[in-house]
This record gives sequence, structure tokens and C-alpha cells, in this order.
Amino acid sequence: MSHLLEIRDASKSFGGVIANENISIDVPEGKIIGLIGPNGSGKTTLFNSIVGYHPVDSGSIKFSGHELTRLRVPQIARMGLLRTFQQTRIYGGMNCVENMRISTPTHGESLRAMFRAISPEVTEQAEELLEFVGLYEKRWLLAGDLSFGQQKLLEFAMALMNRPKMLLLDEPTAGINPTLINGIIDRLKHANANLGITLLVIEHNMRVIMNLAEHIYCLAHGQLLAEGAPENIQHDQRVIDAYLGAH
Amino acid sequence: MNKALRTSLGMALALLILAAPLILPNYQTQLAVLWLMVLLALTWDIMGGQMGYNSFGNIVYFGVGMYTTAVIQRGLFFDIDEYAHVAGGTGSQLSLLDYLLGLGLGLTGGALLCVVLAVILGAGILGLRGHYFAICTLGLGIAAGEIASGWDYLGAGSGLVTPLFPETFFGRGIFFYYYFLTLASLTFVVLRYLYSERFGLAINAIRDDEDKAESMGLYTTRYKTIAWSVSAVFLALAGGAYGNLIGFIDPLDVAFAGPTFGVWMVLMAILGGKGTVWGPVIGATIFHITQELFWTYLLGWQRVALGLLIVVIVVFFPLGILGWIRERWPERFGERVEGKQ
Repeated sequence: MSHLLEIRDASKSFGGVIANENISIDVPEGKIIGLIGPNGSGKTTLFNSIVGYHPVDSGSIKFSGHELTRLRVPQIARMGLLRTFQQTRIYGGMNCVENMRISTPTHGESLRAMFRAISPEVTEQAEELLEFVGLYEKRWLLAGDLSFGQQKLLEFAMALMNRPKMLLLDEPTAGINPTLINGIIDRLKHANANLGITLLVIEHNMRVIMNLAEHIYCLAHGQLLAEGAPENIQHDQRVIDAYLGAH
Repeated sequence: MNKALRTSLGMALALLILAAPLILPNYQTQLAVLWLMVLLALTWDIMGGQMGYNSFGNIVYFGVGMYTTAVIQRGLFFDIDEYAHVAGGTGSQLSLLDYLLGLGLGLTGGALLCVVLAVILGAGILGLRGHYFAICTLGLGIAAGEIASGWDYLGAGSGLVTPLFPETFFGRGIFFYYYFLTLASLTFVVLRYLYSERFGLAINAIRDDEDKAESMGLYTTRYKTIAWSVSAVFLALAGGAYGNLIGFIDPLDVAFAGPTFGVWMVLMAILGGKGTVWGPVIGATIFHITQELFWTYLLGWQRVALGLLIVVIVVFFPLGILGWIRERWPERFGERVEGKQ
């Protein structure tokens, strides 16, 4: 069976710094896959290559059979492959409902649709999703006035509003207080199980990723160090060494 | 304030606006320019306020619209060589119908040309962001003025005279007052509709975080080009008529008047509160009236006073009048937390 996302021998270097070297990752449809590694190991670079921020130097990245390496960011997003950012990005000058309304899928949007009024169904759906992430009460506040954790939740809700096939999450629980983290794990699992969204998650919090992912890839120094089920990764000596700084 | 009082105040204001050129016949041109100012501020705010693209080159569309209208008017009814020599066909008066036909066709041509120009220029420079976009558009405005000053077909540096307004029962001032009033109102209504729907949200999203908008799959380039074209259309319609109101098109002082109109449109939008639909209207009104008062009562010092006003605007009202009000009473602008009063 072919995978939803297939990365084959992807390499990317910036000047003399090799950020990714011959990385191959498979993400089967409907699964939650984890991507871990120490700081600077090339996780975010890989994300950026997937969603089209910069082309890979060599190798191929395929999403449901389509080659992504020559496409630009918005084109890839319209195919249903979305990402969230490590430094949460929302539209700070707009309120939460507006943030949600503008996040509807744009695939095949016609010129006329750009001027059309916003349908009540969109607003209804926006409010449902805000309720789902627990921001319903704050929906008329400017997104820029929300706390960092709330902004993360809003960004997640915006991604769901876009109804992607697959979502790349860059540290969804970074900077969030421990009580909220469990809520986020539940919501990610819910999105995966009930909305059918495949997830590829970068995470530093081992408790979170072990809990969430069915399969984990570990990067170090731009190379794929190990892969396997969470319990195997947890006890893999190479992974432990990489995190503790041994070479 | 109760509803009846508000309605009657609104009605009184509307009547005052409609009757203004008849009440103050000596100020018809200044009153017409007031609506032009409102329009300039509104169209600048599409890009500068709502989309976060500070353009100093919008004056290009104003000038191109002005020249195109005049050239079409000239070409329809006059022989070009003869026209230039007799300075504006002073010898031949047009009938009202011919004049309106020329003006109508001229304005249409100007508006179409400006849309085409906006799409072409947009493809080239809308990929620039922040200061780079601002500087590039500043260059566009200057370049346009220089080209017009050196182009003989447009009268080069000695300018171009527009056809005389025909003699009828109403004068030029009255005609253009209502023209600019209508055009500014139309701009306001169109923009208010656009801002309240998907288009407005999209350009706001581009203002807040363009990279995010792209990563959510928005057609950012299309939205940017449309926004730029909408300002171009209204500016062209305004420019074409302004040339006829003034009667003489100087390439640098009237058409591509960067240091005056080009800067004022930015200031007026900032004074009133950029990124709001009423802000530019309020800003333009206050600015224009203050400016006219400076000319009347501080003659000789009017430029100094204007400069001081600009400093005061930027220092004390960086968010503009409406922005300041919004900061103090956010709930008036729809921001609220459920359960809190």
C-alpha cells in the first residue's frame, strides 16, 4: 500500500551546514507519526521542505502520489497538507471568529468566491471548532490578545477549519502549561480518529509523543538515527546518547 | 443618545452635505476637494491600512487617470496641434452633451487603463514586503511624474489644458461637487461591503501574517492584485475629474503630486485611524478643514503649520482617532468576553 506522505532520500544543506541528509520517512494514511530529535537536528528544516518553504537539494517528497518538491507553499496547502508553526502564528489583529472564517479550504476557489459573503454555515462551524478547543468564550477577543497557549489552540482550530488530509504539527505543546497538555493530546487524538486527519508531530515532550504517536522517527545531526514503535525508541541506546549529547 | 435624535441628526447632516455648495457658493471647489480627500484616504487605506502594504505610489493612478481622461477628451473633439496652440480649445465651446460624453469616455478609459496598469505593476512589485514595497512605490510615483514632464504628446513640462466646462445653468463647481460626493460615497459603500466579507478578512490576514496566510492556502497574490486594482479604479475616476475641475494639468503639481496629495492621503488615513472604514473619512475631513484654515489665517506660515500638524498626528495619534477610541472602548468595536460586562 502506498503511503500518504513519502519522503525518499531528502537532503538539504545551507551553505556548509547539512541540515538534512538522505532522510526517508513514510506516513501511512490515518496514523499519528512522531518526529523527535535534539535541538538543531533538522526537524523543522524537514517540515519546511515538505510544505514548500524551500526546495530540497535532492530526493523526493510525495503527498498522495504527487511530487511536492517543485510546488510552492500555498499550492501544497491547497492539496490538503497543512502545517502549524513552532512560534505560533495567528492573525493577531482579528478576533478568533474572523481567524476561523478566513481559514476555510481554498481549493479551487473561483475569482467570484473571493467577493462572496460569508455563509452562516461557516460561522457555525467556526464556533463549533472554537468550542472544541475551548475558546468559545473568548471568540470575540483579538487573537493577538490571547495567551500563548490559547493562540496555539486557536492555530490548531484554524488548521481543522481548513479540513486538511494531513497536518504537520511543530511542537504543539511547547510553552503550554502541563494541565492543558493533556487536553491537547486528547484533541489531537480526536482529530485523528474522528476527522480522519493524518498527523506528523514534532515534539520535545517525551511523555506527549510516547502517548500520542504510533511510530516514531528520531533525527540527529541531520540524519535519521532510529525509527520504531515508541517503546523501542524509548530504550534505544543511540537515541538516549543523542539526547544526552554523546556522539 | 436615543434613536430619534440620532436619525434626525443624521438627516440634518445629509441635508447639509447635499446643500453645502449652494449655501457656500464661493467654496465650491474646496468642498469638492473635501470629498476628493475622503476618497484619497479611503483608497490608500485599502492597501496601507487593511492589507498592511504602505504604498506611496497610489498617486500614479490618480495622475494616469487624469491624463488619460484629458487625452481622450482632447482626441474626441479637437485637432491635437490646433488644441495645443489655442490653449485648451478656448475658441471652441463644447455643448454640455459633448462635454459629458467626452468626460464619461475619458473616465472609463482612464479607469480601464489603471486596472491594467495595476495588474502589471502588481505582478512586478506586490511580491515585495514592508519597507521595500514602500520605497519601490515611492519610486513609481516619482518616475511617473518625470515621464509625464518629458512626454510631448502630454504637453510635457508645460502641462495640458482640459476642455472648458460648457456654459449651462449650473457651474463647474456644482457639477464636480456632486460628482466627487457621489464617487466618494460609492467608494465608501463598496469598501464597506468588501471589508465585511471574505475579501476583507483575507486582506486583513495578509496584513497580520502573510506567511501564515500562504501556508493556509490563501490565494494571496490574487487578493493583493485585486486590492491594488480597486484603489486604482477609484483613483483614476477621481483623477480624471480633478483634472477637469482644476482645468490645467501640471505633471508634478497636479497629476503626480507626490509631495502633496501623495503624502496627504497617507496622513489622513493615519489621522483618522487606518484599517477602519470610518477612520479615513474622519481623518480626511479634519485634515482638509484644518489645512484650509491654515491657508486662510496663517498665510506665509501655512507650510510650517501643516508640518507641525503632521508631527502632532504621528506623535499623539499613532493609531489615529478611531484607533485611540478603540483602545479605550474595545467593546464598542465588538471585542468582548462572554459573561463579562
